[in-house]
Amino acid sequence: MTSSFGDSGRSGPLDEEELVDILEERRRSSDLGHALRTFSPHPYKGAPTCSAADLNKAVLESQHLHYITKEVAMETGATVEEVREEASGILEEMSQNLQLGFIRLMGYPLSKVSKKLFRSIFVNMEGLNRLQQAVQENPVILMPNHRSYFDFLVISYIMFTYDIPVPVIAAGIRNTVFISPSLRCEALAGMKLVGRILRRSGAFFIRRAIGSDKLYWAVLSEYVKTIVRRGFAPMEFYVEGLRSRTLKSLTPKLGMMNMVLEPFFKGEVFDITLVPISLSYDRVLEESLLAHELLGAPKPKESTTGLLKATKVLQEDYGSMFVNFGRPLSVRDLCQDKINRCQYNLIPRDLPQKPTAEAQACVSWLAHLVVRIQEEGSVISPWSLMASLLLQAPTAVLTEEGLPWHRLTEKTLWLRRLALDFGARLNWPGGVPDSNVMQSNLVLHRSVAQRKTGRVYLVREDEPARKHLISPEEDAHRTAAAVLMMASYRNQCLHIFVRPAMLATAIHITKSGQKDELSTFFCFLQDIFSNEFIFIPGRSSQDFEEACFLLKKSGAVHISQEEVTVLDAGLEVLSFLQALLQPFIESYQVVFRYLCENGPHSFSEKQIIPALRDWTTKLILSGELHTYEALSSDTQKNVLSALRRLEIVTKSRASEQNEFGVNREAVKRIGDILSGKIPPQSLHPTPLARL
Amino acid sequence: MASNSSGGGGEGGSSDRQRIAQQRLRIIAGHLQRPADDGLIVLAAECKGQNNKTEASSEGRTVPRRRQEIMKWNGWGYSDSKFLFNKKGQAEFTGKRYRLSGMIMPALKDWFEGTFGASLQHKTPATPVLTSSAVQPPTLNEAFVEELKSTGISFSHNAEDRVFRAHGHCLHEIFALREGKFGRVPDMVVWPNCHNDVVKIVELACKHNVCLMPYGGGTSVSSALECPPEETRSIVSLDTSQMNRILWIDEKNLTAHVEAGIVGQDLERLLNESGYCTGHEPDSMEFSSLGGWVATRASGMKKNIYGNIEDLVVHIKMVTPRGVIEKSCQGPRMSTGPDIHHFIMGSEGTLGVVTEVTMKIRPVPEYQKYGSVVFPNFEQGVACLREVAKQRCAPASIRLMDNEQFKFGHALKPQVSSIFTSFLEGLKKLYITKFKGFDPNRLCVATLLFEGDREKVLQHEKQVYDIAAKFGGLAAGEDNGQRGYMLTFVIAYLRDLGMDYYVIGESFETSVPWDRVLDICRNVKARIVRECKDKGVQFPPLSTCRVTQTYDAGACVYFYFAFNYRGLSDPVHAYEQVEHAAREEILANGGSLSHHHGVGKLRKEWMRETVSNVGMGMLKSVKEYVDPQNIFGNRNLL
Ligand SMILES: Cc1cc2nc3c(=O)[nH]c(=O)nc-3n(C[C@H](O)[C@H](O)[C@H](O)COP(=O)(O)OP(=O)(O)OC[C@H]3O[C@@H](n4cnc5c(N)ncnc54)[C@H](O)[C@@H]3O)c2cc1C
Repeated sequence: MTSSFGDSGRSGPLDEEELVDILEERRRSSDLGHALRTFSPHPYKGAPTCSAADLNKAVLESQHLHYITKEVAMETGATVEEVREEASGILEEMSQNLQLGFIRLMGYPLSKVSKKLFRSIFVNMEGLNRLQQAVQENPVILMPNHRSYFDFLVISYIMFTYDIPVPVIAAGIRNTVFISPSLRCEALAGMKLVGRILRRSGAFFIRRAIGSDKLYWAVLSEYVKTIVRRGFAPMEFYVEGLRSRTLKSLTPKLGMMNMVLEPFFKGEVFDITLVPISLSYDRVLEESLLAHELLGAPKPKESTTGLLKATKVLQEDYGSMFVNFGRPLSVRDLCQDKINRCQYNLIPRDLPQKPTAEAQACVSWLAHLVVRIQEEGSVISPWSLMASLLLQAPTAVLTEEGLPWHRLTEKTLWLRRLALDFGARLNWPGGVPDSNVMQSNLVLHRSVAQRKTGRVYLVREDEPARKHLISPEEDAHRTAAAVLMMASYRNQCLHIFVRPAMLATAIHITKSGQKDELSTFFCFLQDIFSNEFIFIPGRSSQDFEEACFLLKKSGAVHISQEEVTVLDAGLEVLSFLQALLQPFIESYQVVFRYLCENGPHSFSEKQIIPALRDWTTKLILSGELHTYEALSSDTQKNVLSALRRLEIVTKSRASEQNEFGVNREAVKRIGDILSGKIPPQSLHPTPLARL
Repeated sequence: MASNSSGGGGEGGSSDRQRIAQQRLRIIAGHLQRPADDGLIVLAAECKGQNNKTEASSEGRTVPRRRQEIMKWNGWGYSDSKFLFNKKGQAEFTGKRYRLSGMIMPALKDWFEGTFGASLQHKTPATPVLTSSAVQPPTLNEAFVEELKSTGISFSHNAEDRVFRAHGHCLHEIFALREGKFGRVPDMVVWPNCHNDVVKIVELACKHNVCLMPYGGGTSVSSALECPPEETRSIVSLDTSQMNRILWIDEKNLTAHVEAGIVGQDLERLLNESGYCTGHEPDSMEFSSLGGWVATRASGMKKNIYGNIEDLVVHIKMVTPRGVIEKSCQGPRMSTGPDIHHFIMGSEGTLGVVTEVTMKIRPVPEYQKYGSVVFPNFEQGVACLREVAKQRCAPASIRLMDNEQFKFGHALKPQVSSIFTSFLEGLKKLYITKFKGFDPNRLCVATLLFEGDREKVLQHEKQVYDIAAKFGGLAAGEDNGQRGYMLTFVIAYLRDLGMDYYVIGESFETSVPWDRVLDICRNVKARIVRECKDKGVQFPPLSTCRVTQTYDAGACVYFYFAFNYRGLSDPVHAYEQVEHAAREEILANGGSLSHHHGVGKLRKEWMRETVSNVGMGMLKSVKEYVDPQNIFGNRNLL
């Protein structure tokens, strides 16, 4: 029941699986030998192998690109020849150039670096074996979650080590603004060296914000589809789109997913295999960087120097990393009743076509499913549980008085049982006293929390040695950074608790025991928070049932046909769960309040985030708000996305720019429902609005 | 095919050529002898009488009233022709009718056992004789029978006669017969001798509310001949086989007026005698009838020269409950609203009985030549066919077999002097030495048939081989080509052999745009394999295809699929589920519901989505107008 998608590839407690530490072998034998090992993968059997040059040729000669080239030429007044040249340039810039030599070249430093950073990199062998089988049978899409830059090559590295064809990787470039086509290459210059290396290792690059550039989009999609159609190599991409700054799963982006699945929808391949991969880090290399990004601090550019400056990073201990290869999913099986492939019968398949609502819904469903499986396959550390508990104490207490260590120990052990009950894959080493486990976790994360004289404190970054006095705002942000860092570790285990937590919240807010009332509120919460947490579309009633089941299992409630009764023994569970969700609810309420009371009637995204930050900071400084997490720009953006999805915030028709208008009344209504002032009501303008 | 029809009689290419040359001479002689007045040859005029047994133009017809005299009751074709494994375990084809008859095919056993995991030890013999007592007694409409008697039209309610007309050749139909199981069968059989007989029968049927089911050659593979079990009226099978005369030949316009019950081989043979042919050669032409072709929209192997049935008919006469439908003239094309022929063609016996057809005829071609091309892989082969279609230079027939079928073809090679070690080894030896660099597990072969005058054929041949070369194709000889075509005539016999050893299978077809050909072939074959696994089939199935026709905008694709059913409790059900899934796959890949087999009852469930609601309504309203009582109640199509 907790493993809600049948066979998602995760299976019971961690110690029952065969996890192999791939660094162990690397510590014993030569890294050079490893880099030069004979690589003999079993390739895809469905089609003859083709070279990267063949691939690019096929893309440029594709009918699809011919259509678009002509269209673009018509629209821009350029000649078809010129447009074709441009397309060829785009492809050149984008395309990978998978060379085994470079994999070897990368393999050597990667071995060295990995050993320096990590104690171990654990891989589930069973998953790897299944993958080895799968790549021979159908085109395979590797779908890892994205938590660190280190994610980037680790999968190729493992596949190289275990004789599985090395993937082609779709890599996004964040934050590059393209002004005109001619500037494209220059903008990439910063990435040149790293870019070249990565490219040779199979990466290809996607510019963000490409929606508008028709030619670019066409080249990209044809490129991706050709790779899939030909089974050129396994293809790897991040369905979350970006690296998650909060360590919480991001709602999947559908563009790439659409491209990857289309060859199946259109019958160009018999099946496609999706392999969700869960990468979990005990400690994330970029932890403090992430927190600062969330607070809107200027981000270091993703340039070569930026990456190389990470040398400081190399001196630290990052614990272990876990790579869980999920069970291969057959797109054909999953889509059986979800898509009618006949819809592609009447228009040439090469013709550019907007995906139908049905196809979009199907893609979205699959993407969410994959992310959920990634969540279920990820490994939770004791620290994540500790962080969840620490954050439930008022921030002032954490920074000033600290929390008694023994209290934390006690609660953590209690939470461990709950987490296991809820089906967590917990990495809690056996054979060592529990307190030692926790102590060493604390040591590993001394950048976030420290123990002094029997109490645990939140660690704030050292004050920068500056001449002038630090302002109260800066001080608040310093605290917020520490909180957000700790919150990100809590977030690693949120998916275990979120469903029962929503039920606990529903019970708390509605004060009702009626199942149908609770279910209504539960669905309302899902609606509000579906940009925050991952819920598979169309599954809310199962999610609700799952929540009921888990709460019952933990002994928190009794459940009859129509009622949910809180048990005395369950108060601890319920209050923990409810507190877990509290920061999110408060953060959302802050945004709601801002929009209703202070905000302008219309705004652009550029303006609103800093404005929100200022306003929230003010609330914190005035003592009105204690939730530092409300300062997280990711959460703020999620609220806005949710409101846009619910069509409460809408694009103003008048302006060309991304100007949005707010329906204040509706915002207020949501806020009131969320605080229990009025009962939930449908938020959807039309029943079909949400696919 | 049977040696008495064109193309199969000789021992090889050269003697075929001799035969054709002789024929040509005869034709020329015929032209010279005939008085060159009006070019009309009248072969028969009146309805042939009941006891007028010596009627000249129906002499030597293949199909007797009592089919059981020459044909199997629970398998394909002539009773004297069948495959079997002899005591030495060698495959043998009995009888004298075909080129393969009396020959031994040493490689077949290896191929058979290897492909299906079957064993000669594990037999599943058919029920040997038709037990009449197992057949439901007929429900007769006495009044109808009485009046019918007075017309003098022959009829029967003998159990054997009825069982013979209760089925086509779908797997489940033959499987049931082999087990000696009979479902609802027609209650009686009538044999009209001519159009007027049919008019009388239809009148009586309407008068007495009897259900009529036209029966031509009985080769249907769409459950079209199956009696609807829910039918409570007396069911009368109207067997057209005795309406088998060529009524006249018009040499000025090159048309022939023919009764609809004539079977393909008779039609061709009789026309050949006058120096003509229709060129319509469906693989079932030995037994299928002209009326059946019209009723199912049949397609012949040489359609590239002669056209499909819709291109061949000039005039059709059909008897319906509302009366006779026909056009008033024989203009070659008309703009007179929707073509009423297209209500008739493909009507599958739901509207009435096609009784007479005027068809185009052509002089027998002077020269015929087989050929074959081996391609390194199927993809290249398809690309070549596409190019041939683009250049509109397709030979009379061009067919591309995939690797599995190519191997199958080799397994059917009759014994020759050289000793076969094992089937696969022989294959490898042949193809590695002959076609260097071709992977014997990927290569595939296209078979070709050219027709026309000698010079043009040779020219045409060169053009096609040149195109093939561009796609890596290498010429592989006339012999391979000819064997490919022969295979299509014996494949139905082979199914019976498989069924003796736990192997069941069938073919089905579709038509699909060019850009989808490869995709559909791959996906449908893979779907079959996957479905077999899901349905508990213990052995890997044979899942193979070929491209059998080319058009400007697409191709016809034929799938064969068979598996060893040992260990399955309900093999036919498993088979049907897989076939159903395969059809879903075809539709999902942009394939049509059928290129030529028709819909029958087997594929009815997909008709609505195939022709849209309005389309369905149109067809239904025609049915309602023409046959409000549902006299033609076989319930096909709609
Ligand atoms: C081994 C084999 C190979 C085949 N190859 C081909 C091929 O190459 N091309 C092809 O097109 N088909 C092929 N078929 C399918 C089949 O032969 C055709 O559908 C053929 O047209 C059926 O003709 P029939 O005379 O046997 O009709 P039947 O099987 O007797 O009847 C078929 C349907 O037509 C109706 N019908 C028959 N005669 C008349 C009539 N005079 N008036 C009104 N309705 C009538 C029947 O009621 C029934 O619904 C093949 C079948 C087999 C078993």
